[in-house]
Parts: sequence; structure tokens; C-alpha cells
Amino acid sequence: MSEWTPKIVAFCCYYCAYSAADLAGSMRLQYPPNIRVVELPCTGKVDVGVLLAALEAGADGVYVAGCLEGDCHFLKGNFRAKQRVAYAKRLLEEIGLEPERLEMYNLSGSMGPRFAEIAQEMTERITKLGPSPLNRQHRKGEVGP
Amino acid sequence: MIVAEQKPLAEIAEMVKDAERVLIVGCSECVTVCQAGGEKQVGILGTALGMMRKKEGRELQWEGVTPVRQCEPEYLEVLDKKVKDVDCVVSMGCGVGVQFIAERYPGLWVVPALNTKFGGGTVEAGVWEERCGFCGECILHKTGGICPIIRCSKSLLNGPCGGSQDGKCEIDSEVDCAWQLIYDRLKGLDRLELMYAYTPPKDWSRARDGGPRKVVKEEARI
Repeated sequence: MSEWTPKIVAFCCYYCAYSAADLAGSMRLQYPPNIRVVELPCTGKVDVGVLLAALEAGADGVYVAGCLEGDCHFLKGNFRAKQRVAYAKRLLEEIGLEPERLEMYNLSGSMGPRFAEIAQEMTERITKLGPSPLNRQHRKGEVGP
Repeated sequence: MIVAEQKPLAEIAEMVKDAERVLIVGCSECVTVCQAGGEKQVGILGTALGMMRKKEGRELQWEGVTPVRQCEPEYLEVLDKKVKDVDCVVSMGCGVGVQFIAERYPGLWVVPALNTKFGGGTVEAGVWEERCGFCGECILHKTGGICPIIRCSKSLLNGPCGGSQDGKCEIDSEVDCAWQLIYDRLKGLDRLELMYAYTPPKDWSRARDGGPRKVVKEEARI
């Protein structure tokens, strides 16, 4: 278990979270290195199939980071993402995975420290949950069933 | 269009539990519009079923294909080769689609992934409502374009029952009384005299009650 670190995919909006990640870097902020950032033109582009595919392909956790509510560059993209994330969470429950493995966050491009905080928060949450049940069989040596 | 809704994942997973290779067939017509069985939903269902299997430590090989429509044999030709390699076909079409696939491949196990609901339309993004009861003999010209067969809970033909309260149906305060809608519309059109016209009992043998129906258009036959 001590060796294991979660794989987390972050779908980040270009206008906020992606810029916030940049800012976090410029500010030399430390955040866990296990976050894989995927840039989106807007979180409104995020699709339930893509969220599930990330988990199926080996991610232990996934989050979508969009603009603060009311601040979407495309007006409603982040609200659409919020609904899709909620739907994907329900699907995860039906599939038998913890819905907590998926989350939606909102932040602005100037919130570099918040980006680092979210990365930290999500890493802690997934570490607590352990490896995704889909990955466990490949890591029998590391964790229990 | 036909409006359908996906069955719970657990129910679909149970139907395909013995299959190792599954073909998931979507439909690009009605069920794509009501977001139940289009190309996108095929992908999501395949991924979800795959994840459920993976969780059990088993593999599910699946492939998705979404023909133009399932309710016409010529569009099912694209499945001919694909079904040879699978144990089971999951149809994400309406009940018609499931049956057309089953009829085309007598030796193949075909299961439905959707619950086919009704004939209706989109009233707002993400909301579909019933509008047609497929009764076989349209009377919308008598009722101002509002169907009492399907929108009145009792399918009454000559005005509302005593359960019509404040324009709503007694079965649910969210459901409009169809006859109130008809009255309001005819009044607006200044054709209230239609309300007085007596409609005799309907010949239900032209609806589902007469058994399975068939339409033949001789000039269209080849």
C-alpha cells in the first residue's frame, strides 16, 4: 500500500482551471504529481463517456474543474458539466464504484493556490478510497480485495 | 417519435451475464433524439458494462454499431458480419428494433436495453411527453389538435369527467386535464360549438384491441 499512489485525471477548462494550474506552477506551489491534466476548451465539452472511459482505462479518480458558476466563458458550459458529472456519479453507483471517485470543482484562472488545494484534496480522498476496484486485480500484491 | 428510456444497468448486465462477446446496436432515429439509444449512449453502455465485468475480474468484449435505423431490414445489413462473432446482441432501439434484429437472425440471442415508453415529443431539453396513443383513427380535428385519447387519463371522448379540478386531472396535480386544454383552445379559436358535437363510442378494434396491425400501401410495393 505504501508504494501505491493514485492515478487521477483532471479535466480542466482552458479559461480557468488550466490557467490556474499554470499559475500554481509560476507560484512554485507544491501539489501531488499524480494529477494528469487534460485541457478542455470548456467543461461543457466534457462527456459522460469520456469520464467513464478515464476510469475504465485505469484512473483511480477523475475530476472536472470548470469556471466559477456564472463565470463560464460560454455562459452555461460549467452547468452542463455539473449535470453530466452528477449523472456519471449515478452511473458509477450502478456500476458498483464509489461515486466519490468523480468530482466537479469550480475555480477561476487566478486561483492558483486553490488548484493546488483541489489536487491535494482529491489525492487524499482517492488515497483513502484505495485503488479503483477495476485496477485492484492487477495490483494484488499491493492491496487487499 | 418513439420515446424510450434505458433500463437499469444491473438489469442489462443480468441479461448478458453469460455472454463474453456482445454487440451493442444503437439506432440513429427516435432513440437518438430522446437520448436513450444513440451512438453516444451505445458507447456509455458498453463502457459501463465493461467496467462492471472488470470489477468482477472478467472481461467483456463489446463492439458498438449504430445503424440509420433498426426498424428497416436494409439498414440492418451492416450487422450481418458483426453478429457472427458475438454471443449476444444488445439492442438500444425501441421494441420494434429489438424484434427486427431478432427476426433477421433466428439463431441469435437479442436483448433489449431500453424500455419503450410512448409516442411523444420533446417539450424542453431533456423532457419528453406523450402525445399519441396510436389508436388508429385520428380525431384531432374534432378536439382542436389536442388528443383526448392519450392526454385524458380516461380517454374520454365527450368532455371532462368530474375529476377535472382547476384545469388539472385528479390523478396528479401536475397533469393537465386534456378536456380543459381542448375547451381553452376551442374557445380561443372561436369554435366552441365543436364541444357540443357528440362523438360516438370509438371503434377500438382499429387500435391495439383489434390485435396486431398492419398497413399495406399497394403502390409502394415492389
